[in-house]
Amino acid sequence: MGGFAGWDMPLYYSTASAEHRAVRATCGLFDVSHMGQLEVSGPAAREGLSRALTNDLSAIGPGQGQYTLLCQDDGGVIDDLIVYALPDRYLLVVNASNIAACRDWLAERLPDGAELADRSPEVAMLALQGPGWADALRPLAATPLAFSLDYFDIGEDVIAGVPCLIARTGYTGEPGVELMCPWDGAPAIWDALMAVEGAPAPAGLVARDTLRLEMGYPLYGQELSRERTPIEAGLKWACDIAGGGFTGAEVMRRQVEEGTADRLAVFRLTEPGIPRAGQDVLIGGRPAGTVTSGTLSPSLDVGIGMAYVPSASAAPDTDLVIDVRGKPKAARTARRPLVATSPKE
Amino acid sequence: MAAADESYPADLRYHPEHDWVRADGDEHVFGITWYAQDALGEVVYYDPPKVGDTITKDAPYGELESVKAVSDIFAPASGEVTAVNPAVNDRPEVVNEDPYGAGWLVRVKLSDPSELDSLMDEPAYRAYLAGL
Repeated sequence: MGGFAGWDMPLYYSTASAEHRAVRATCGLFDVSHMGQLEVSGPAAREGLSRALTNDLSAIGPGQGQYTLLCQDDGGVIDDLIVYALPDRYLLVVNASNIAACRDWLAERLPDGAELADRSPEVAMLALQGPGWADALRPLAATPLAFSLDYFDIGEDVIAGVPCLIARTGYTGEPGVELMCPWDGAPAIWDALMAVEGAPAPAGLVARDTLRLEMGYPLYGQELSRERTPIEAGLKWACDIAGGGFTGAEVMRRQVEEGTADRLAVFRLTEPGIPRAGQDVLIGGRPAGTVTSGTLSPSLDVGIGMAYVPSASAAPDTDLVIDVRGKPKAARTARRPLVATSPKE
Repeated sequence: MAAADESYPADLRYHPEHDWVRADGDEHVFGITWYAQDALGEVVYYDPPKVGDTITKDAPYGELESVKAVSDIFAPASGEVTAVNPAVNDRPEVVNEDPYGAGWLVRVKLSDPSELDSLMDEPAYRAYLAGL
């Protein structure tokens, strides 16, 4: 077990690499109940959230979700999250470490007519991820709803007798669903899934991290922080710069026009070694950037990572050197994802 | 990966940093103990010394990296490296599976075999572990 945002979290159940491979090959089940759930409802909910969140909220209707960010006036990231439009409210799934920050920020800024509720303590969340997810879930689902959802869609069903919100989302790069249910209902779903034919492998935080790194997905606290904007992090696609009515849009528009000093790059080592967060990126022998995440890719069996580097060095196929505890290791930037897989089926 | 069961063979000598030494002809073989591999977790990378390197008792001579952490490997005695286990580079998890056998790390020609006298035998190492 390991500590994360005040939670005792399973780092791994068997071994992290076996769990990682199970998710890529068949499926795995993650307990991500530490994640936060904020609800915003009322006649002004949409207008209020449109001003707070970077992505174009008008692009989603009931039953759909989108990746988006909550930013400060200077563009610094308060959190990255998924917002879902439900028939009568919006649901924001936020990082565990940022529940209070998101709640307080929104509570201060949402207009009259938008009600904010923090459901985090009463909502559990399980992520069933991998190409075998549907076969594992089918025997437990009251209706076929989950199997007709498109990527990022959300709906309601009963799983193993427990009412759930089911979203076709995840953080692994594999197809799958995230189930949100009443806190007390989660053990019944977990146990029922473990008993089906083609049961998922229980999977912990280490596999979750190696899976997301192979996809080049940023993690708050590593790649994302209040000191970096979505533009620097390569998340312009999740920012409605043209619409431009959200907090932080001014700074981001300027950054898009003028460029930023640094950019987040995904890289792989071209020799043996494992990069780790905090290590220097050397350009011309001098520290010019910082590794934000690094690991050994279980799929590729090479060291991979992400780093903020000078923008000129962030383009794919740029040679870098990573200072791995005093040993210079050759690396090359790459396109996301680092493995050939897609969560879209 | 099938992790090994806890064991501390009686024919080895043990260093407080959880490294073992086994006499093999006129050379010695080094590795890490069951306790060390269990604490480290799944080993995914081995950064070994080079053949011919001189290593010094109580000083790091290489690194083992797990999914969780990087750990220096400490030399239980001084000498010259005569071989590095290629199996650990190919499949680092062999250190978890067989820490005293296929998971050995280096062969060393000791410069001062009397250094071994300061190491622990199996009962002493078990008593040392019990006190951690």
